[in-house]
Amino acid sequence: MDETIPYDMRITHAPDARGHFGAYGGRFAAETLMAPLQALEEAFFAAWEDPEFQAERLALLRHYVGRATPLYHADRLSRENGGAQIWLKREDLTHTGAHKINNTIGQGLLARRMGKKRVIAETGAGQHGVATATVAAKFGMQCDVYMGREDVERQKPNVLRMRLLGANVIAVDSGTATLKDALNEALRDWVATCEDTFYIIGTVAGPHPYPLMVRQFHAVIGQEARAQMLKQAGCLPDVAIACVGGGSNAMGLLHPFRDDDVRLIAVEAAGHGLDSGAHAASLARGRAGILHGNLTYLLEDEDGQIQGTHSISAGLDYPGVGPELAAMLDRGELELDAATDEEALEAFQRLTACEGIIPALESSHALAAGMRIAAGLRSDQHVLINLSGRGDKDMNTVFKTLGWLE
Amino acid sequence: MNQIDKAFARCKEEGRAALVGYLTAGDPKVTVSESLLLTLARSVDILEIGMPFSDPMADGPVIQAASERALAAGTHVRDVFNLTASVRRHHPELGIVLMGYANIPYAMGIEHFAQRAAEAGANGVLIVDVPVEEDDLWGRHLQRHGLHHIPLLAPTSSEARIQATCAQASGFIYYVSLTGITGADMGDITGVQQKVAAIKQHTTLPVCVGFGIKTPEQAQAVARFSDGIVVGSAFVASVAEHVDDPEAAQREIDRRAQAIRNGLMR
Repeated sequence: MDETIPYDMRITHAPDARGHFGAYGGRFAAETLMAPLQALEEAFFAAWEDPEFQAERLALLRHYVGRATPLYHADRLSRENGGAQIWLKREDLTHTGAHKINNTIGQGLLARRMGKKRVIAETGAGQHGVATATVAAKFGMQCDVYMGREDVERQKPNVLRMRLLGANVIAVDSGTATLKDALNEALRDWVATCEDTFYIIGTVAGPHPYPLMVRQFHAVIGQEARAQMLKQAGCLPDVAIACVGGGSNAMGLLHPFRDDDVRLIAVEAAGHGLDSGAHAASLARGRAGILHGNLTYLLEDEDGQIQGTHSISAGLDYPGVGPELAAMLDRGELELDAATDEEALEAFQRLTACEGIIPALESSHALAAGMRIAAGLRSDQHVLINLSGRGDKDMNTVFKTLGWLE
Repeated sequence: MNQIDKAFARCKEEGRAALVGYLTAGDPKVTVSESLLLTLARSVDILEIGMPFSDPMADGPVIQAASERALAAGTHVRDVFNLTASVRRHHPELGIVLMGYANIPYAMGIEHFAQRAAEAGANGVLIVDVPVEEDDLWGRHLQRHGLHHIPLLAPTSSEARIQATCAQASGFIYYVSLTGITGADMGDITGVQQKVAAIKQHTTLPVCVGFGIKTPEQAQAVARFSDGIVVGSAFVASVAEHVDDPEAAQREIDRRAQAIRNGLMR
């Protein structure tokens, strides 16, 4: 870990005592879970204030995860794209290949500290599942990962990786058989097992304290990027951009820039188009509702039934979004953008061909919007994009879409 | 005093625990659901009408499947109110509770929801995922329309939470007898008895016990120390077993309800 990076352990922009970010967030959970959530909240704040916990967390982030991750000036891409300089925060270079491990290291340490012998997780693309299975292997914990049947099919390599790491992957057939249903099933597991089981939620959503806790564990991304921009570019970026499914990589990158004069942009999955009915853009097209323990923007029908979503990337295929992002949008702190399946795939190929970096399809959404925005800026301006993960897991999807496979 | 209070008063006079029965509205489809709800209404003191939801996080496979059947058959919130109104017309003295997840009332607007529920003839509302901390948003809307606000308590509820929850509650307290989802197996009855006694330290409201009660024997055992028992999955399972034969489903619901009811005399 780069010793010159000032990791900030203060908790700023905190929710209220009951976990509300403005009108959003809270703790809308079954009564059985209220006691374990309270215990988790107390354990998290105690650990966060404990220098030993933080020292161990930062040491693992450095020696195990491989932080600080580089900030890379994509000079060739910038030239070909025209306009502003494009900078990539290389979360794809972390151990396990995506930003998700920042959070699972933190929650894994917390689980151990609380004496839990078993961890469970939900996963969409499988990156959070892999990151959880990895930490469970390292800490010697039993691990069960819930994954929608549809995602099990389209993210096969990650399913096999989790098995190899000793985790038990449970395919979920209920509902739409995707990420939201995996989350339902993990919650059902936790309700029955909360005494000895720690639920590692993979995004900045869920009942308090998850949105705050996951943000804090991912804030290293933006804190590093901020220091690296100052050092390498000599200034802060004009724009910081991340893709948003639940919002973990977005909050990780954007949170440390909130008190700066930097445009913060969240890119949602527009699927076949924002007006096609087949997308996952809950901030752009949703309305406030209650799901999975928090009040936030949801894609739902008139009655409040949660709708199926679509995105080429399993990691963005979620009908809700972190409550803090909902609050930031309402306050005008956040700008919204979106990229379609097609645009993401184009950005995926462009970065690969132009820089020799194969991005995850999730991150490709941020790239697509980032390149579009950069093209409209001056060449002395700077666009920072979170490259939240690498694309190895997406080979099958991409090859199929390009028609390279039967 | 509405029909829920009257139901408990009646049971007290008769020296028995109340039987609270649950079915999901619109399962397996609206027309059949009406006849099933009316059948169950004949044998219970209080009827819980479940509002189907796309993501029933606290429910086990049996009630999840009921929600999925109801929604797949096109059940809307307006159908839930229509079914409630129909049950009310046929059973003027029955206690009726609408039960479900927060997003359905929230999407409609809590005030509007409370108004529609009261107009349809419901006496109380139980929302699984609104704990006492988030209650301020809900309680006054329900109260304004004369609806009881029925809370859940669980084995994990601390003394402080029991106290705070009881202070906000009306109608009755629903004690979830196991740490798990609906329809799981009920554990140790002594533990349930102790917790019910602990809750009664903080409230004069009736305390009903649910989650995991399936057989007349279990019902009888729990009825000895509680004011009522809630049976859900066992009735919903009767619907699942006879999806294509509504009359058989009716007979099975009636048979199970009678058997449980007979065991409730103290």
